[in-house]
Amino acid sequence: MDLNLFTRHDAYTWRINPRGRMRVPAVIFADERLIREMDDKVYEQVTNVATLPGIVKAAYAMPDAHWGYGFPIGGVAAFDAEAGGVVSAGGVGFDISCGVRTLTTGLAADEILARQQELALALARAIPAGVGSTGGLRLDAKGMDAMLAGGARWAVAEGYGTREDLARIEEGGQMSGAVPEEVSDHAKKRQRDEMGTLGSGNHYLEVQQVMEVYDPAAAALFGLRVGEVVVSIHCGSRGLGHQIGTEFMKRMALAASRYGIQLPDRELACAPINSPDGQAYLGAMRAAINCALANRQILTHLTRAAFSDFFPQAEPALLYDVSHNTCKVEEHEVDGRCRQLYIHRKGATRAFGPGHGELPEIYRDTGQPVLIGGTMGTESYILAGTAASEGQAFSSACHGAGRAMSRHAALKKWRGRQLVDELAGRGILIRSPSSRGVAEEAPGAYKDVSAVVEAAHQAGLARKVARVEPLICIKG
Amino acid sequence: MAEAGWEHFHHVADIGVRGYGATVEEAFAQTALALTAVIADPAVIVPRLPVAIECTAPDQELLLVDWLNAIIYEMATRAMLFSRFTVRIAGELLIGEAWGERVEVARHRPAVEVKGATYTALRVSEEGGRWLAQCVVDV
Repeated sequence: MDLNLFTRHDAYTWRINPRGRMRVPAVIFADERLIREMDDKVYEQVTNVATLPGIVKAAYAMPDAHWGYGFPIGGVAAFDAEAGGVVSAGGVGFDISCGVRTLTTGLAADEILARQQELALALARAIPAGVGSTGGLRLDAKGMDAMLAGGARWAVAEGYGTREDLARIEEGGQMSGAVPEEVSDHAKKRQRDEMGTLGSGNHYLEVQQVMEVYDPAAAALFGLRVGEVVVSIHCGSRGLGHQIGTEFMKRMALAASRYGIQLPDRELACAPINSPDGQAYLGAMRAAINCALANRQILTHLTRAAFSDFFPQAEPALLYDVSHNTCKVEEHEVDGRCRQLYIHRKGATRAFGPGHGELPEIYRDTGQPVLIGGTMGTESYILAGTAASEGQAFSSACHGAGRAMSRHAALKKWRGRQLVDELAGRGILIRSPSSRGVAEEAPGAYKDVSAVVEAAHQAGLARKVARVEPLICIKG
Repeated sequence: MAEAGWEHFHHVADIGVRGYGATVEEAFAQTALALTAVIADPAVIVPRLPVAIECTAPDQELLLVDWLNAIIYEMATRAMLFSRFTVRIAGELLIGEAWGERVEVARHRPAVEVKGATYTALRVSEEGGRWLAQCVVDV
């Protein structure tokens, strides 16, 4: 993007002053190279978000931002219901509550390397991934509604994981305010065979080695030690969330004019929070959050079972579970006043700082763990929320590397088999049912995750705790 | 007579699907083929069984998104892939058929699931007797 479009606030903060129908400024956090290379569409989309009714303070974009649907991916925006604020299906996205969870294993990398091939095969068999894969669990109508209301708490009650896991999941593993009745029969049917499945695209399960620790005190509390192994799972609410996103996008696009909302882009489809359409969406979207939490909980159970066959002494413990496609009601201080706001994070991670009341006791002093996925060939990062984060973008940070190249272009540049061989040469085993899917997800098709994380760290969105690198990657 | 066909177009994170035809119906059917091609090669999908699809929307662009989303729904819930499409449009109503078969991973080698059709780069238009129908799909 052209730097002349911005007022540079500091080395990592780029501001667009309100113009035209913008109600608030737009702010992008990035270093100079990232913002130069950022898609022009981010500028258009973040300024469009700034025109929506009831938006508070500013529309934000994270360092990994790229062209999304209405909102940029990597977008954050807060709305006040009492000021006519809106909730937007596009502002949450199709994969509602897509997120990452990381488990510490206590195992040394050498122990994994000694059995790397066998473990990769066992995980590929244990974790349903890719088009047409189905989970081992079928829910009847009553079970489906219980899952949608209960989230990971439901999953634990059904025998997937332990009660100790729940404190280490946002919302204690259960999103309140979910209304399963607002979830259509179509959405429920689409989920029927998909509980405990990984999906495809950029979703993955990775066995990773801790390579470097930046914040020893936080790392120790998170259970991260250099040379030890963690497992990270990236996926979301599967077909149910996709269907809810699809249905409410249309419903809100058609309803917006009824509410007197002028949409600069149909994809910004939204409805007032205090309206029947807004409330219906919130009820359904929260049910989808529970679906994602339950799904990741089931995948955790499958992962533990696969590990126990090889390492019976290991007890993989949940470090934390974050969702990066959500709209959540949170209290934030704005101009010296505490306000209840609806925070949309589309491809952005919540990053509450130390002492925040919603953090579990164990992380009260460190701040919220912030889990940032890289690509199958590059490092991922674990960060923590900072005190400064609240003043930046309502305690939000980036969510991943962010794509730099289209799937189409990636497919022209790389071959799946060749990538798998190259990565195997570097000690990274990729297991995927689709060679083309691997090519589309080539590490070179993404931004430099280290630059994204460094920008987030320097901008005060979150602070670096540790860096991990993949040993095994299961892709859909 | 305008030649029917389909292609993909650039979107940084996802994929654009575009169909052409002599009629809006033909363009919609071609866009559906472009959608299939995001997932797998349409040439290896045998059109064994038909699935009836019906949708309504107040304008042609929303109708295109509905049509594609209805196909995505049928693919997901029936674990099928489709390679032949028929479309009839009367006002706000679309009645169509998608012909295909159950997914066989070894034979179809599906690359990626499609989550939904979006309003991004959404366009249905006619120029010089050639219809175009396109949007970006989220994968």
